[in-house]
Amino acid sequence: MLFPDRALMKTMAVSTEILTILGRSLLFAFLSVGFSSLAGIPLGMWIGWGESRARRIAYTLFQSLAALPTVVVGLVLYAFLSRSGPLGPMGLLYTPAGVVIGQYFLALPILVSFIAAGFRTVDRRFMETLETFGCGLPLKFVLALREGKTIIAAGVAMAFSRVIGEVGVAMMLGGNLRNSTRTMTTAIALDTSRGEFEQAMILGLILLFVALAVHWLINSRNSRGTLA
Amino acid sequence: MVPKSRTFLLLMVSLLVVAGKVHSEDASSAFKSRSSGSLRIATTTSVENSGLLNVLLPAFSRRYGLATSVIAVGSGAALAIAERGDCDLVISHAPDLEAQFMAKGLGELHVPFMTGDFLLLGPRNDPAGAAHADTCVDAFRAIAASKALFISRGDRSGTHQKELEIWANIKGLVRGPWYREAGQGMAEVLTMAEQLGAYTLSDRATWLAMRTRLPHLQVLLQGDAMLRTIYSVIIPRSAHLSGRNADGAAKLASFLTGSEGASLIAGFLIEGEPCFFPIAH
Repeated sequence: MLFPDRALMKTMAVSTEILTILGRSLLFAFLSVGFSSLAGIPLGMWIGWGESRARRIAYTLFQSLAALPTVVVGLVLYAFLSRSGPLGPMGLLYTPAGVVIGQYFLALPILVSFIAAGFRTVDRRFMETLETFGCGLPLKFVLALREGKTIIAAGVAMAFSRVIGEVGVAMMLGGNLRNSTRTMTTAIALDTSRGEFEQAMILGLILLFVALAVHWLINSRNSRGTLA
Repeated sequence: MVPKSRTFLLLMVSLLVVAGKVHSEDASSAFKSRSSGSLRIATTTSVENSGLLNVLLPAFSRRYGLATSVIAVGSGAALAIAERGDCDLVISHAPDLEAQFMAKGLGELHVPFMTGDFLLLGPRNDPAGAAHADTCVDAFRAIAASKALFISRGDRSGTHQKELEIWANIKGLVRGPWYREAGQGMAEVLTMAEQLGAYTLSDRATWLAMRTRLPHLQVLLQGDAMLRTIYSVIIPRSAHLSGRNADGAAKLASFLTGSEGASLIAGFLIEGEPCFFPIAH
């Protein structure tokens, strides 16, 4: 073609933008789930490991926190990040970092309660064996990680789903700014508010297929382990 | 046990079937929850959020005994909902989009019934010196020249259309990182401008309703003829579809454009200030 077709160019520009938004959504999700795994996996393992009052309270608390609407989590963090809030001077509101922080707090309760629930079903004898051999905490942790990898993978997968599909935090803390904090979900909300229902539906389907791919990947790398 | 690949395929196929079904049944069915006989109005947010409809619609209902329900969205979305036959009447303030709607033969009535206006808002220290400009085009030029933060609605609302119309007057405009497209409603964009110390274009009604919560913003320019906007009432052809209420829509249209509607609009104040002005017919 001698002259680039303008309509074609326009379509390509649009799809490049969609791909960028998709990449951004995935990046935010990987970062927030990654960071929350650092705290959430050990915490969930500890809660599910045995019986104690503190564990029971923590277990119920995290399960309940998972019920919080994303907008409420967004609202609470907004109060902290806004210019009149305690963290205002850091300038995190309406930035990608702001979204990742918000999604961290969305992922954490899901991750913790899922992993805790899983570890509660782990055979007592496994833990007792570890105790008998007198393993130190680091070794016990590593062995338990190996033993519970299916549980952990399921928790991480659920946290990913929660984060990649949420609108509240991304909208409130990110602001749906084009070329900066617009994610698949806020783009879908925007298209819906513009009356572009087909476009919104297409984005929804793309998101669904990408989620399918990610979960497929997690599950295929984690075929049925010894537990659960 | 079923092999993995076949499960996957099955899942994909069923998803496509579901998606296709939803698509063909029309996405906007999500908006449906109507009781027959009532009148559904899709309207631009400023008219609903300002409280104007809370004055107009009860008066209309008392006179005609017709219940109304309101879907408050941007003008673009309101027209899209009408195109799909999911409302009886539209109140919009995006003349270009309305003209397209009528040109496509989708509307049967289009009557301007009131005017409102936009304000240029910005941070109190006004780094771009926009307050010294005589016209909104000059003010926008000053903002672009100083690369001060400007937040655009970016959502194809009437306000967004007006903003684009003003920018179109500036030759050689380069939109850099200072120009942020929020893709959100007026209230959210005002909050964002407040937080980031940015300029933005707002309708008067939303500004009046929210200004006590926006201590860092002030009105920098108003009264320019270009900042006027016209609100129109539109009856879509789809109002004749079964389950819709074209008769009720015609009654509401004549109520809004008639003398009773006009006096209610003229008497509507936010914090003692008028923000909508009826058009005499």
